[in-house]
Amino acid sequence: MEHIRESLIKKSKKAKLEQIGKFVSFLCITLIVLVVVAIFYFVASKGLATFFDNGVHLKDFLFGKVWNPSSVDKQGKPLVGALPMIMGSLLVTFLSAIVATPFAIGAAIFMTEISPKLGTKILQPVIELLVGIPSVVYGFIGLSVVVPAVRNVFGGSGFGILSGTFVLFVMILPTVTSMTVDALKSVPRHYREASLALGATRWQTIYKVVLRAATPGIMTAVVFGMSRAFGEALAIQMVIGNAALMPHSLTSPAATLTSILTMGIGNTIMGTLENNVLWSLALILLTMSLLFNILIRWIGKKGEMK
Amino acid sequence: MKKHFHLIFIGVTLLLLTGCKVDRGESINAVGSSAMQPLVEAGGEQYSSQHTGKFINVQGGGSGTGLSQVQAGAVEIGNSDLFAEEKQGIKAKELVDHKVAVVGTVPIANKEVGLDNISMSDLKKVFQGEITNWKDIGGKDLPIVLINRASGSGSRYTFEQWVLDGEESKQSQEQESTGMVRQIVSTTPGAVSYVAFSYVTEEVQPLKIDQIAPTEDNVKQNKWPIWSYEHMYTKGEPKGLTKEFLDYMLSEDVQANIVPQLGYIAVSEMEVERDAHGNLIK
Repeated sequence: MEHIRESLIKKSKKAKLEQIGKFVSFLCITLIVLVVVAIFYFVASKGLATFFDNGVHLKDFLFGKVWNPSSVDKQGKPLVGALPMIMGSLLVTFLSAIVATPFAIGAAIFMTEISPKLGTKILQPVIELLVGIPSVVYGFIGLSVVVPAVRNVFGGSGFGILSGTFVLFVMILPTVTSMTVDALKSVPRHYREASLALGATRWQTIYKVVLRAATPGIMTAVVFGMSRAFGEALAIQMVIGNAALMPHSLTSPAATLTSILTMGIGNTIMGTLENNVLWSLALILLTMSLLFNILIRWIGKKGEMK
Repeated sequence: MKKHFHLIFIGVTLLLLTGCKVDRGESINAVGSSAMQPLVEAGGEQYSSQHTGKFINVQGGGSGTGLSQVQAGAVEIGNSDLFAEEKQGIKAKELVDHKVAVVGTVPIANKEVGLDNISMSDLKKVFQGEITNWKDIGGKDLPIVLINRASGSGSRYTFEQWVLDGEESKQSQEQESTGMVRQIVSTTPGAVSYVAFSYVTEEVQPLKIDQIAPTEDNVKQNKWPIWSYEHMYTKGEPKGLTKEFLDYMLSEDVQANIVPQLGYIAVSEMEVERDAHGNLIK
């Protein structure tokens, strides 16, 4: 009796093990959360110093058109207008997403609806391969192929938003395509069967049923691609020309937040205005990627299939 | 216990690996200018091979990084293309300057522009955007494409100081590294930029200024004015391994072999000397 009672009251070995397991996984998640919080805190404290310590107005920073942090204008205010970079980043992001989406949807339809066999055997591996190519390779190809091509066809020096769009288009295409494939695959089979049974053609089924049902998933894929394009630094830096000027045409040199950030950070001194404004740019980047994440969650929730 | 043995084994191995450097010898860190990196790396490697157990870790990151890190005491040596006095936010008085070499900077253009000489005043006008076509200064009918280094970089500072009289260049394309600049100038019609002497290759057209060729001899006599020192800064007077290494960098061994091999000019061969404000003091 005693023996049984004791074993019932005392924790068993397995239960202890489970507790340890719980503790370890809790530790891991705490560590990740801590890292995220620390990064946010660090970037925010540095980035906000521009406004609190150096007394730059938020309006001048977000809407100013002249970027030259080491000098001041006639009124003695530092020239830290980030609008050229914000515009540059947004333009390449949206343009590349606009170009990539039709291709991605087309490829995904082919892979899931039209020829699933060929899709899984050939296209899937090809797309996975594209994901694995390092961005410096894309940048180098952009520099030696896309830039001269743009120069010969559209004139100018070839460096600019158009070249950036082409390079980013190729870079986000695999991400958007594979996520669109997943979205199309998750459309229940009986939707298609019902549609076909009602006498719809294959095209009608794809266009009116499958694509409609997968819209939230496709949107998520596009936003995901956009967030990747927005944060890309290396490849875009090699082809956009890095001139912090308002983009007045697609073929004139422009700059993105990331390209100015990577170029400037090694040449500035910690704690000076020149360095702080770069952190402010980083803060914008961080905020934007947070927004993209929220957007993805929101679309996911709204579009849940019931 | 067998399972735990693996964990312990991994732990001990990791400990041993991280402990490696601390246990086996001394080391110092030299961080900063990427233009100087090859020189300091070569010097450091040769020094380590001659002095067992002493290591010099060399990293890039830019002159600004080098100066701020050495000022903060995070590294022993900060490499910089600029005088510390020239950089805002640096307390130059706390730092001790060690000039290890001189490097010349030369304007380069795409081969198609049809020029190999340019006057100093025209060069200034080109970089300030007053001249926008090569034909206006005797070249082919090609629009000029300006390519600058990132603002704050040592080469750009030197170029603006000596060619633009300290004024700023027109806002234009900027590139992070000298290698990229050369690549872009060689492939873009009408492009013009500037690089260190050692980066000039067959692919680009170096420009003479007022018929003076960019040669080492002209730099030594200050006939070619666009040059700067390569500095290694320490916080306060160097001690121990830092001092030994700096002495080594200034020794005949390095100055007569590694420095010229890598395209720099030894400080001792200069017939002139400049102070932090660009004035000649010898």
